[in-house]
Amino acid sequence: MTVPTRRQILISAVALIGGTGMSSLLAIKPTWATPAMMRAAIRKVIGEAPLRKGKVRLDLPPLIENGNAVPMTVSVDSPMTEADYVKAIHVFNEKNPQPNVLSIRLGPRAGKAAISSRIRLADSQTVTAIAEMSDGSFWSDEADVVVTLAACVEGI
Amino acid sequence: MARALINVPASAKRGEVIEIKTLISHPMEPGYRPNSTGEILPRDTINLFVCTYNGEEIFRAELSPAIAANSFIAFSTVATASGKLEFKWTGDNGFSATESVAITVE
Repeated sequence: MTVPTRRQILISAVALIGGTGMSSLLAIKPTWATPAMMRAAIRKVIGEAPLRKGKVRLDLPPLIENGNAVPMTVSVDSPMTEADYVKAIHVFNEKNPQPNVLSIRLGPRAGKAAISSRIRLADSQTVTAIAEMSDGSFWSDEADVVVTLAACVEGI
Repeated sequence: MARALINVPASAKRGEVIEIKTLISHPMEPGYRPNSTGEILPRDTINLFVCTYNGEEIFRAELSPAIAANSFIAFSTVATASGKLEFKWTGDNGFSATESVAITVE
């Protein structure tokens, strides 16, 4: 075994500091969802299936004064018969503390694939709605919204 | 018991698509908001809403804290037979509420 040179000692010291620095950075828990977290949440629901644009219509006001109660309607173009119907509707957001908004299961008995609710939005962002069809395909629509008063994190 | 408002037509023709609107009084506290002293209020939300029509489940929604307080959910169903529509909300801290509405189908 050889005596370590000064250069080797320096390199290992830098590696050690760098390593601990990285781990302490990773230990900080993010408070907000990110577009990457939304994509991960979407992948968790749809798996490896391709996500196509169309069939779904996501209605949100483009300019929102109060993010605490935003009217939202998702409708899907489907005949809603036993052979061809919408199995599920999922809604995701990019910048609330959590990426999930709403997850709905329905079937041909719904007659019409349309749902409405009121949601919270913490920031100006893109909201995504996804429909899962009975044939296993996934369709989506997006809406960009501008939020003036944020929900979820404001003090009361 | 939380107060719930349900809007369903009292009668419908067989095969008609009817709209169901539900509203329940609930704070839906998301668990991220500080109160006046800066403490974060603990999460208290409704997590699940299920609607059954004569015992058969026709609609199920998983709610996240991103659903506004006094949760409003509207959906539709095909009026198949006279009977009862039952609604059930369940959530944090053992929250549970049920409501039912009768419908006459001609």
